[in-house]
Amino acid sequence: MSDFAIDVAGVTKRFGDKTVVNAIDLQVRRGEIYGFLGPNGSGKTTFIRMLCGLLTPDAGRGTCLGFDVLRQQAEIKRHVGYMTQRFSYYEDLSIRENLDFIARIYAVPDRAAAVQRSLERLRLANRSHQLAGELSGGWKQRLALAACLIHSPQLLLLDEPTAGVDPKARRDFWDEIHQLAADGLTVLITTHYMDEAERCHRLAYLAYGQLLARGTVADVIASAKLTTWIVAGPRLRAIADALRGRAGVEQVVAFGNTLHVSGREAAQLDAAIAAVRDAGHTWTRAAASLEDVFIGLMDTARDNFA
Amino acid sequence: MRRFTLHRLWAIVLKEFIQMRRDRVTFGMMVGIPLMQLMLFGFAINSDPRHLPTALRLVDQGPYARALVAALRQSEYFAITREAASEAEAARLLQRGEVQFVINIPEDFTRRLLRGERPTVLLEADASDPAATGPALAAARTLAGSVFDRDLTGPLARLRGKPGPVDFQVHAHYNPENITQYNVVPGLMGVVLTMTMVVITALAITRERERGTMENLLATPVRPAEVMIGKIIPYIVVGYIQMTLILLAARFLFRVPLEGSLALVYVVSFAFIAANLAVGITFSTLAKNQLQAVQMAFFFFLPSILLSGFMFPFRGMPEWAQGIGSVLPLTHYLRIVRGILLKGSGPADIAPELWPLLAFLVIALLVGVKRYRQTLD
Ligand SMILES: Nc1ncnc2c1ncn2[C@@H]1O[C@H](COP(=O)(O)OP(=O)(O)O)[C@@H](O)[C@H]1O
Ligand SMILES: [Mg+2]
Repeated sequence: MSDFAIDVAGVTKRFGDKTVVNAIDLQVRRGEIYGFLGPNGSGKTTFIRMLCGLLTPDAGRGTCLGFDVLRQQAEIKRHVGYMTQRFSYYEDLSIRENLDFIARIYAVPDRAAAVQRSLERLRLANRSHQLAGELSGGWKQRLALAACLIHSPQLLLLDEPTAGVDPKARRDFWDEIHQLAADGLTVLITTHYMDEAERCHRLAYLAYGQLLARGTVADVIASAKLTTWIVAGPRLRAIADALRGRAGVEQVVAFGNTLHVSGREAAQLDAAIAAVRDAGHTWTRAAASLEDVFIGLMDTARDNFA
Repeated sequence: MRRFTLHRLWAIVLKEFIQMRRDRVTFGMMVGIPLMQLMLFGFAINSDPRHLPTALRLVDQGPYARALVAALRQSEYFAITREAASEAEAARLLQRGEVQFVINIPEDFTRRLLRGERPTVLLEADASDPAATGPALAAARTLAGSVFDRDLTGPLARLRGKPGPVDFQVHAHYNPENITQYNVVPGLMGVVLTMTMVVITALAITRERERGTMENLLATPVRPAEVMIGKIIPYIVVGYIQMTLILLAARFLFRVPLEGSLALVYVVSFAFIAANLAVGITFSTLAKNQLQAVQMAFFFFLPSILLSGFMFPFRGMPEWAQGIGSVLPLTHYLRIVRGILLKGSGPADIAPELWPLLAFLVIALLVGVKRYRQTLD
């Protein structure tokens, strides 16, 4: 059996004449938490759907848990837990009824006990009779996680599981994910949050259907070869206007009370900064953050593919 | 793993039952619609129209002829409004709807009656509205058998009793099958089942798609046939509840006589209910949204009502309409149920109508399973 839970190459999906996922290669090791990032509409959901047999790729090949992505979709479905981007359990069924339904579908052995265990594990036990439709975002997310774990899958595909969930619930959720990974589960997770990206073992960045960067957080930052200056002080608008358009300045982004100015040509960027630099602000040269890198990637992608 | 399994089928069945129980409004409608329809039609069943305009063509002026006319008048069903001088005139009156009946008493009526030759009295009826003519015809039949009992005394008394002194013939125009009002109830049962069953299952899969739960279902190993049959089974139960309500109301509210074996009706109805559910499920695999699904259901419902023999007598329809009609499950079900409930038909009598029903069920299911998309493409 291969070391990779997911090992695909050249995966492509077109809707009409629009290429939504373009020749993506991806390898995810067993037991790894793999982050999948990218702006809305970049093709993350489409890619995940192709992995679990919900969409048929137009091109590409590969395996998921050792099963052929194109031909063995039924086997893949049995061993994968997929949490959809939109809540997709039955709102008119209670938590317990939803879990029981899924457990029956997968023919989980000793079903009643399995449902009870999963209720307790995700601390849903004392709400088990509540209808899913009455739950708040965080509880819905827990139900969804419990449901996609109930058949003990080897691979979890989580599509924006923490969208619309409060910070505490998000943290609990990630603790749970790390626990599962430690137990040997492989997790592919999409997110828009940088702090979550940083909790992944490795990640990939997607824009306009292209895979633009991948690796550990450090790899991704290093490969971007981005230099960033952080400016703090009053009237940052004026500074931003003065910097924009100068050679070497690729991004000027406001982060709270600071301005992040980045570019890939360090020498040019330093020259541009030198021209604008004044005594009224603090100017610090720093390592680019993951967010700087992603914004940079997205801008470049827009110029190249949009 | 690729095969149909009972545990997954059962999972779907249970889920559908729970959802059905939670959806009070829909459930109420499923029980309410048949009762409401029955009430509406019930008035038609109960109505016992009297004083219907009648033309008299009285050629014989003898005492027995007059006695018969008087008795018909007295029954209150017939209001003799016209005297027809000729057969042609009588036909015209009936055709134009100026009268509902024509009573023909032939010229040598009294003489032949006294000779024991059982003269013919012809009662022509415009039976296009069977609810109107039914009771009157029934009254006339009884009357013809007994009207002369008082007058036929002495040696003539032998004419009393069977087969009766008069050969009383009814000729129903415009409705050769001569459907009586009782036909409405078995017919209604089929119509109600067609309407509710098709609509409800037409929504079944489109609803999953619109609510987003389909994506989840597709991500599990569940097979198309398991989903489809699992969604059908709970509604078979509902169909039986509807049937039972209609039969109970027919029997106890409207006093419709129910001949034949009710058990047989229940057994045969399984095929009919399942056939309608299969059509609905198939629609729901084709429809893009719930509105489309409902439209498709009505697209099916309309010919079912119009061409099945429920509204118009089947044999009175043009060939093409009969062709369409004989494909529809309701057509065969009506014949089966009318056969059993009104004529007391047994299994052998209804078998020829059962096969088309079963064939329809199988084909509808196959199309549905074939059309059920296992991906979101
Ligand atoms: N079934 C579909 N038919 C046509 N276009 C689609 C379909 N699903 C997704 N798309 C398009 O594909 C693109 C990528 O969508 P998606 O994979 O949902 O992106 P993400 O999950 O990264 O936000 C979007 O532009 C979206 O409109
Ligand atoms: Mg998405």
